[in-house]
Amino acid sequence: MLSIKNLHASIGDKEILKGINLEVKAGEIHAIMGPNGAGKSTLSAIIAGNENYEVTEGEIFLDNEDISELAPEERAHKGVFLSFQYPVEIPGVSVTNFMRTAINETRKANKLEEMPANEMLKVIREKSELLEIDRKFLSRSLNEGFSGGEKKRNEIFQMAMLEPKLAILDETDSGLDIDALRIVANGVNKLKSDKNAIIVITHYQRLLDYIVPDFVHVLYNGRIVKSGDASLAHELEDKGYDWIKQEQEA
Amino acid sequence: MELKEKLLSSFMAFEEQVDVHSELHDVRTSAIKNFEDKGFPTKKEESWKYTSLNAILKNDFTVFPKNESTIEFKDVKKYFIHEIDTYKVVFVDGVFSSHLSSTTHEGLDVCLMSSALNKPKYKMIIDNYFNKIASKDESLTSLNTAFANEGAYINIPHKKVVHKPIEIMYFSTGNEAALLVQPRNLIIVGENSHVQIIERHQSLNENPVLTNSVTEIYAQKRAIVDYYKIQNDDQAANLIDNTYVSQKQESHVYVHTFSFGGNLTRNNLNFFHFGERLTSTLNGITIIGEKQHVDHYTLVNHAAPNCESFQDYKGIFSDNSTGVFNGKVYVEKEAQKTNAFQKSNNILLSDKATINAKPQLEIFADDVKCSHGCTVGQLDETAMFYMQSRGIPKKEAKALLMYAFSNAVIEGIKIPELKQRITKIIANKLGVKLGFDL
Repeated sequence: MLSIKNLHASIGDKEILKGINLEVKAGEIHAIMGPNGAGKSTLSAIIAGNENYEVTEGEIFLDNEDISELAPEERAHKGVFLSFQYPVEIPGVSVTNFMRTAINETRKANKLEEMPANEMLKVIREKSELLEIDRKFLSRSLNEGFSGGEKKRNEIFQMAMLEPKLAILDETDSGLDIDALRIVANGVNKLKSDKNAIIVITHYQRLLDYIVPDFVHVLYNGRIVKSGDASLAHELEDKGYDWIKQEQEA
Repeated sequence: MELKEKLLSSFMAFEEQVDVHSELHDVRTSAIKNFEDKGFPTKKEESWKYTSLNAILKNDFTVFPKNESTIEFKDVKKYFIHEIDTYKVVFVDGVFSSHLSSTTHEGLDVCLMSSALNKPKYKMIIDNYFNKIASKDESLTSLNTAFANEGAYINIPHKKVVHKPIEIMYFSTGNEAALLVQPRNLIIVGENSHVQIIERHQSLNENPVLTNSVTEIYAQKRAIVDYYKIQNDDQAANLIDNTYVSQKQESHVYVHTFSFGGNLTRNNLNFFHFGERLTSTLNGITIIGEKQHVDHYTLVNHAAPNCESFQDYKGIFSDNSTGVFNGKVYVEKEAQKTNAFQKSNNILLSDKATINAKPQLEIFADDVKCSHGCTVGQLDETAMFYMQSRGIPKKEAKALLMYAFSNAVIEGIKIPELKQRITKIIANKLGVKLGFDL
């Protein structure tokens, strides 16, 4: 589904990604771990199309189509979703209205009719129950005054509404207490199917107890330096990242 | 003939029509004298540094329209908040239009300035309030005072909550090649009374118009006045709005200014405090493009203890448009425990758009809380990326962000139908159709 080939990217003069190769198939969960500054968030932003970064080399394919030149919204219309580490506050635009706009713009781009209002309400009800979100919450301004946990839960709610092919969860566990973590992970697991794929970006192994990855990759200094199964995450938890650093510098 | 000379000679003609033995005549005479001395303001004056009237004054403006023009309600319905029942005081080319208006004398006066100025029963009120708070020094206000004859007169007695908003509407038909109109409004709101007023100037074709309007608002003890100015005029319309607000203790006056159109708009908004524990709120949203120019010049004069003032102006400027925010807060020595807050946030959407923001605080009391903040920026790129990553195209994302940016001021609109109207105008300005009503 997602195929990244020799991806190099920089911001200004600084090269952040130095040749990433990654294959993600439908039905898989991949975790990308690594120390601060390794390039994890950059990689997720670039897959979603953030224009602040310059791709200097390499390609990104989604279902065999090169998406490296597409605008963020075009990638979203093709089924890419990025859950933000720091979701943005939009005063005056309710969660419901924001979702209605996002869904109908996506449908329009895919030559579909707008979703009828009653169906929209039904889906919203369904998905908000999945994330244990109070109905009142949906009429509040998007992310405005939300707690860290509410923001993250709202990100996964949006993912549930948009039903992406490829979801990238960037540090979704940060700022979550244990109950919120369980709700979010539970939601993600229920959304998982053999037709979609998930990339979990995280610093800690904690989230991976709930969302169990098929593959774990370690990103260090702009490259994937190690890949393995879920047990790699435990190994990192035990040994820390110094072990990787020493191995790389040796 | 230069416009100034034309006005001075028009004044002589005007005098022939009015009673020259009245006190009003003395007021007019000294006003025209002040205008004659000072003339139109130029960029040499500090308060007009960023706004030039030169190009506009080259028009050969008609001062007294020759033809009486009529318009049908159905043609101008859209400019009114027609979804709800309102009082209406409507003028066409400066002349009162009785068939478009809906005035009253039952329990309150919503009527004409010309009646108030000429009928003996209003003499005491005119003596007490007319031209009392308006500047006698400022030349454009003086020019208006000299010719003051028509406009809205609103007088609300004590303890009266006016349930219908009052719309003051000035249409210009463009039947004259170029028209100068000088409306004069007087609004007196009694103790414990509450009123909502909407003022709009609208030209109906592209012939140039210059409106030099003066409004005096008196809020008595504990009165609440909620005043909305809608400025969404045609490209050739120019507006100089001079508004003077006098407040007594525990009153609350809100003035919301929505500047979305017109060629040149200058808002001189002045608040004077005559009592304790009162609040003044000045809000504004400016969204302009092309070569439009909007200048907000505000003054809040804190003269009594324990009063508050809040100013919140949002500006979005595209193309070659220019904006000015000049906000002056003056805190006199007696005005201890003043809480004055001023904010001007601006977004420039083009390299050629300009905003000049200049906060001025002059504080002579020692126990006060005063703050001001001006920001000039571009659209938040992270927020744009966030919305785009959810499938919302750039143009729509931009519109949502600008709406969010202006939201604090939109939320302050207390008439739901007006709020809907303003958000619709904003959506139109931003050129988007969203899946929901903004």
